[in-house]
Amino acid sequence: MTAEVLTGVGALGGLTFTLATLLVVANRRLHVEEDPRLDVVEDMLPRVNCGACGYPGCRPFAEALIGREVLPGKCTVSDAAGHETIAAFLGVDVGAEEKRVARLACAGGNNVARARAHYDGVTSCRAASLVAGGGKACFWGCLGLGDCETACDFDAIRMDPQGLPQVDEDLCTACGDCVEVCPKDLFSIHPASHRLWVACRSLGAGDGLLEDCAVACTACGRCEMDGPGLVTMQGNLPVVDYSADHTTRVPIERCPTGAIVWIDAVAGPQRGRAAPPIVRRTARPDAAT
Amino acid sequence: MRLLGLKTFRHGVHPPEEKSETRDLPIRQFPFAPVLAIPLSQHLGRPSRPVVRDGEKVTRGQCIAEADGDLSVPMHAPASGRIVRVAPMPSISGRMVDGIFLEPQPGSTQETLEGEPCPLEGSSPEEILRAIQDAGIVGLGGAAFPTHIKLRIPEGGSADALIINGAECEPYLTTDHRVMLEQREDVFTGIRYVLAASGAERAIIAVEANKPDAAAHLREGLPGDLPVSVEVLPVKYPQGAEKMLIGALLGRKVPPGRLPIDVHALCVNVATCAEIGRLLPHGRGIQERVVTVTGPAVRRKGNYRVPIGTPLRFLLEQVGVSDAVSRVFLGGPMMGAAASSLDISITKGTSGVVAFEASEAERTHQRVYPCIRCGYCVDACPMFLNPAQLGVLARNEEFERMAEEHDLLACFECGSCSFVCPSHIPLVQSFRMAKAAVRKARAG
Repeated sequence: MTAEVLTGVGALGGLTFTLATLLVVANRRLHVEEDPRLDVVEDMLPRVNCGACGYPGCRPFAEALIGREVLPGKCTVSDAAGHETIAAFLGVDVGAEEKRVARLACAGGNNVARARAHYDGVTSCRAASLVAGGGKACFWGCLGLGDCETACDFDAIRMDPQGLPQVDEDLCTACGDCVEVCPKDLFSIHPASHRLWVACRSLGAGDGLLEDCAVACTACGRCEMDGPGLVTMQGNLPVVDYSADHTTRVPIERCPTGAIVWIDAVAGPQRGRAAPPIVRRTARPDAAT
Repeated sequence: MRLLGLKTFRHGVHPPEEKSETRDLPIRQFPFAPVLAIPLSQHLGRPSRPVVRDGEKVTRGQCIAEADGDLSVPMHAPASGRIVRVAPMPSISGRMVDGIFLEPQPGSTQETLEGEPCPLEGSSPEEILRAIQDAGIVGLGGAAFPTHIKLRIPEGGSADALIINGAECEPYLTTDHRVMLEQREDVFTGIRYVLAASGAERAIIAVEANKPDAAAHLREGLPGDLPVSVEVLPVKYPQGAEKMLIGALLGRKVPPGRLPIDVHALCVNVATCAEIGRLLPHGRGIQERVVTVTGPAVRRKGNYRVPIGTPLRFLLEQVGVSDAVSRVFLGGPMMGAAASSLDISITKGTSGVVAFEASEAERTHQRVYPCIRCGYCVDACPMFLNPAQLGVLARNEEFERMAEEHDLLACFECGSCSFVCPSHIPLVQSFRMAKAAVRKARAG
């Protein structure tokens, strides 16, 4: 009995010792020299792996920081203090990056846009968009089922009572998850300074569109006339040339529907003087069909 | 596999057939709508290019849009009249597509402009395929894939068997049934053309056992010089799916991601075949198609020969629908598409219009319960996938894993799993979403 126990203990003990020795040797022999600053810098980063900096995650970004490829300001998630800590640790500049945010190119909440059919199925914009486009009268418009709200890791997107996502510019890190997830491709990442904004993606033209959505762009072209060189009509939609001076509200003032807006940092989207006020708060009735 | 001596496939479901109300009603000509809206992309592939101007007078049968490249087909005027405009119009996908709006002239007759006929004797396979494309023929079963591409044998390939699909396993639809009864000679002529074009040795007409009159009628008239036989298959959904038919009739398995021609088989819908036989000898193009208009909300149910471009609203007004109409499907209720607008048109791919009342639609508003691992969906899936597992992954949005590990892309969305699920889990819809996500990720 004792002999059997001893054999077992001995055999297992010997095996343990051999393998442990192997591990120790491997650890010494196969050791890869790594910059000790890497772990420190990674700890200083928010470690959310959002990808807004353009790197796959926080560790590759930390490697790039140490390699002096980028400056800490590129991280949109950590605040100014966080940037300075990293900059001081690495002895580099903080690097001024322009604040970028996600912008939605649709203003057709359920109080201004009609539904043509009632969608009944999986509560997801991506699923709804595959069933006859989702039932909204405007094919290009926001479906309002909130895939972007779910996708946002930073709680920067909230669906408002009209079923439109509202982006909190302070919380938005421009990671682009909402851009990926929107089946109607309504989100895009823009510098926060881009305040002149076309809040419509409808490729249709003419006042007939107002049947479907009261804030649709009817392609009248007034913004193009008022902002020569700044706004051009392309495929029935105004396109703002942000390389020109775009700090003017002039192009929005004569818009008859309020499809082109000025996004105020505090007050949110501002419509021009010619746009009729939106009085409805609740959902619009569906079309007769 | 055999069932009671009949060839079939494994798995599948038995939805209520609901065909009895329209199966005995002969095909009737449908009147012209005040304005026909003909979408330029009714088929898979590139949209056709319009060759008419606003205000132009056209004759019935005249080509109004030409094929844009190889994977495209032309369009023909369904009625004599005036082109009102070429403008965007809603389509069944919800997308706005360009369409030709045609106002038939009062008293427009059924007379048709004929083109260059394609004689059966002395035409080369290329000439026949060319004629099929020029006639604007696409798969009339619903997929609307250009037929001349389907019949073209790839380099080094060959076809020995041609399956003429008259299974019509979709509930409610009776178009193929009526076509087999009323256009027998057209079907046989079509088979001659397709055999000549593809070089296949024999043809098999597949008919489900719920259409014994059609099978008997076809057998009675079988031409002696034509290597064609009629096979009766058990009633089971989705018997009419291409891969299921090839498996049942030829005992060949089409590998995932491959085409029937890879196992030397071709599969053509019987209505498509009848159109080939009806149009090619006269050099005409498709101007109309047989549509079953049925469902509990429809007053005058029937099989109608409807001009292409007839607005759904006009169609439903003409047949009369009850006030409680709530859901309209184009195609059958299993694989058809729900219409989100009545301004869409009947296209070449529309085999049926099924309208339900609010009370029946209400029954589908059932609460979704968690999966209870009953495995009904596994027993139903004709592709031998595991819908339950796929459903769990879809909920967690692990789309890539669904495609890599669970063969998601083999799913052809027949809807059998959703049909049998006692928890009412919308399985097929989540698979469609997953497939769209996978395609988007792989393309980008």
